[in-house]
Amino acid sequence: MTSSMTSSGRESNTDTSLFDRRPLSFDPKLKRNRLNGLFTLISGLFATLAVLPLVLVLVYVLVQGGRLLSLRLFTELPPAPGLEGGGIGNAMLGTVLVTLIAALIAIPVGVAGGVYLSEYAGKSWFGQVVSFSNDVLAGVPSIISGVFVYGLIVATRVFFGQSYSAMAGGIALSVLMLPTVIKTTNEGLKLVPNELRLGAYGVGASRYVTITQIVIPAALTPISTGVVLAIARAAGETAPLIFTALFSAFWPEGIFNPIATMSVLIFNFAIMPYPAQNELAWAASFVLVMMILAANLLARWLSRLSKT
Amino acid sequence: MTSDLGLSVDAQFTLRRRPNSEKFLDLGFRQLTLALASLVAIVLLAILVTVFQGSREAMASFGLRFIVTSAWDPVNEQYGAFVAIYGTLVTSILSLAIAVPLGVGTAIFITEDLIPARLRELIGLMVELLAAIPSVVLGLWAIFVMEPAIRPALELLHHLLGWTPFFATTPQGPGMAPAILILVVMVLPIITAIARDALNQVPIELRQGAYGVGTTRWGAIFAVILPAAISSIIGGVMLALGRAMGETMAVTMIIGNSLNFDLSLLAPGNTIASMLANQFGEADGIQVSALMYAALILMLLTFSVNVLAQWVVRRLSLKY
Amino acid sequence: MTSSLSQHNASSKSSGKISGDICMSLQDVSISYGNFEAVKNVFMDLLNGKVTAFIGPSGCGKSTVLRALNRMNDLIPGCHLKGRVLFDGQDLYHPRIDAVEVRRRIGMVFQKPNPFPKTIYENIAFGARINGYRGDMDELVERSLRKAAVWDECKDKLQKSGLALSGGQQQRLCIARAIATEPEVILMDEPCSALDPISTLKIEETMHELKRNYTIIIVTHNMQQAVRVADMTAFFNAEAVEGGSGKVGYLVEYSETEEIFNAPAQQATQDYVSGRFG
Repeated sequence: MTSSMTSSGRESNTDTSLFDRRPLSFDPKLKRNRLNGLFTLISGLFATLAVLPLVLVLVYVLVQGGRLLSLRLFTELPPAPGLEGGGIGNAMLGTVLVTLIAALIAIPVGVAGGVYLSEYAGKSWFGQVVSFSNDVLAGVPSIISGVFVYGLIVATRVFFGQSYSAMAGGIALSVLMLPTVIKTTNEGLKLVPNELRLGAYGVGASRYVTITQIVIPAALTPISTGVVLAIARAAGETAPLIFTALFSAFWPEGIFNPIATMSVLIFNFAIMPYPAQNELAWAASFVLVMMILAANLLARWLSRLSKT
Repeated sequence: MTSDLGLSVDAQFTLRRRPNSEKFLDLGFRQLTLALASLVAIVLLAILVTVFQGSREAMASFGLRFIVTSAWDPVNEQYGAFVAIYGTLVTSILSLAIAVPLGVGTAIFITEDLIPARLRELIGLMVELLAAIPSVVLGLWAIFVMEPAIRPALELLHHLLGWTPFFATTPQGPGMAPAILILVVMVLPIITAIARDALNQVPIELRQGAYGVGTTRWGAIFAVILPAAISSIIGGVMLALGRAMGETMAVTMIIGNSLNFDLSLLAPGNTIASMLANQFGEADGIQVSALMYAALILMLLTFSVNVLAQWVVRRLSLKY
Repeated sequence: MTSSLSQHNASSKSSGKISGDICMSLQDVSISYGNFEAVKNVFMDLLNGKVTAFIGPSGCGKSTVLRALNRMNDLIPGCHLKGRVLFDGQDLYHPRIDAVEVRRRIGMVFQKPNPFPKTIYENIAFGARINGYRGDMDELVERSLRKAAVWDECKDKLQKSGLALSGGQQQRLCIARAIATEPEVILMDEPCSALDPISTLKIEETMHELKRNYTIIIVTHNMQQAVRVADMTAFFNAEAVEGGSGKVGYLVEYSETEEIFNAPAQQATQDYVSGRFG
């Protein structure tokens, strides 16, 4: 060991050395250093390629959609095919309504489900069934939840004989939101240190009091972050709504009637051969993307809040 | 025992004897969460039953032939989902083939300290935001921006490789190739995010060990870091595959929704999900049943891919 | 091995030096986690108004026994207790007993300070409120913090988070939280193991204050601490059992602290307290 320590570059060139010893200075022409640089370049190129679509999508949505931004956009109905002007007021209201219905179903059920998994289920077989079902449900394609609600609610006309409705659309969206809410709640609650629960039990709190007054408040940030993200995702979903909420050219007529949403409007208007409709599709994209980006930044801010 | 105030403890702490209402609340809360949690399993079961029930008629009529025949003829009531199944598999697998190197490369770039931390976070944030863009907006963008932009490149492909069946048709707007590219955009954030998490979880000792024996940065990445993270990455890739198979809107808007089989990637095609999106609203009779049958196949495909993903993660991660 | 085990038990049971008001009584208590037996055949009477210390090497089951006294072990899946734990004339493990009520009368302070992520004021008020306290809350908060000797450090920041205090202050806040509900017994599970010597000293002073109103049972690793604070000391040990998978804990000797440290009846106790152990 000591001999190799004292050996210099001169000595290392002798063929008695088992290893190829080089001077310590960095040699960029060395094969390994060239390869190193090459791979760094490739990965940098890949990262650029990965970021490029977002930049391009954002630029186009901002430019194409942003220039249509006006008060009219928010207050008027879409025009009849072939006509100019109009707005997407009904679709904005519809997106808010349908997402609200979905959130009102998915958040209580999802938070309760997450509480059950984290606080009560332990390793019981039933907890594993719920947890497995949740994973499977999270992987079910969004269009399938539309098919499901169509078969369960639309085709059977369970709501006052109505077929397509805002309610059906909201339920379809809630099926998509549910696994996310359960998962984030469960994971958020698991991060709460067990000492906190013991502390509450130690002063004589029941499980109910411990969970509702100590554990859930301690995990409020991760839970609300997950909920915000789930709502943002649901607001942009289209596939479950096409044949549940359908579409409407008019203002919402209650939650048991078909309703326009921004996402379905984009889908319908994008493939129409009329420039006015295409433009409204871009405008709706602009509003939708802004809403979703705002929600994402809110979620990010929320989670940063908890770290300080 | 009396407190310092001179009152008896029981007088001040009125709940020393827990009232039955509180015990009831305690138990009731547990039962409530249990009932709501079981709703997940019930919904899943209901989805399976609804789709299965709906597809029974088509199953009885077409049997397994449904999977390998490509007729989709509402007039003569003959249905086969081969075109859609083929399209689902081809678009999702090819998009993964492109997205995996891109995503893993990006993940390495933003975890391995190659660039300043600020920049890494920015790229990570942008990839995450890309995942938040709704599918339908990407579809709109694909129709009006991406497809016209890449058409010259696709024409060149046709020019050079037109002699193979895979590029035999002239690109004419919507088709499998643009659908594959938009799927790449959609699954890229998933792969990047999972690969990034997996790489971040490789213990620092392992990295130090590799550097300690004198590897270069990329020597350590290929020899030590990637192998240590590979099970999670493969799991993430499988999850992305499941997502790509079920992806509906963007694909529907750009794939062309052709009911005819064509090997060429430049020709219009179809997937199960886009077939459902296009036809479900207007279908009736046995066509609904045929669509439900196709939906069932899609569910089984995504389910098996997802279960395989979990199995891979569990099985391979045992080695580390 | 097994014969020596039962011999120890016999000695601890027949030890005639325990006199006074019996607060809690363990009768042939054995505790197991799943198939693993943690503690075996403990007999002991805990005295009212005294500080009792549980000492012994790691894994001897002293913390397990402590947690059995207010049914904290219920929260560990697979944990099972045989025998009887008597308190106020009732067997705490009788099916009709409500563990939540047990914990309201037998409070606990944990190894790691675990204040709730609430204000200092709310940390105290929380327990009192769920116990149905109807008196003056401000008064109770001040009184509890004073008793736990942490009032001076807290009085100007009652509305600040409990997590903003130092480790020693947090632990005294947890003691204040425990005494705010006016339990009859306070269990302390190595309350000073995470603290520096100065904080430890302060907690010990607090315990001396509390002794006047409460029965305290403390688990400690630190023999000097047992000598300083405890009236009574119980020494637990663990030994391998034939056919068993691990070591099983048992009570070796239980007597007045002076006796345990100056004239123990058992050789094992002598070895442990004189530091000749392990």
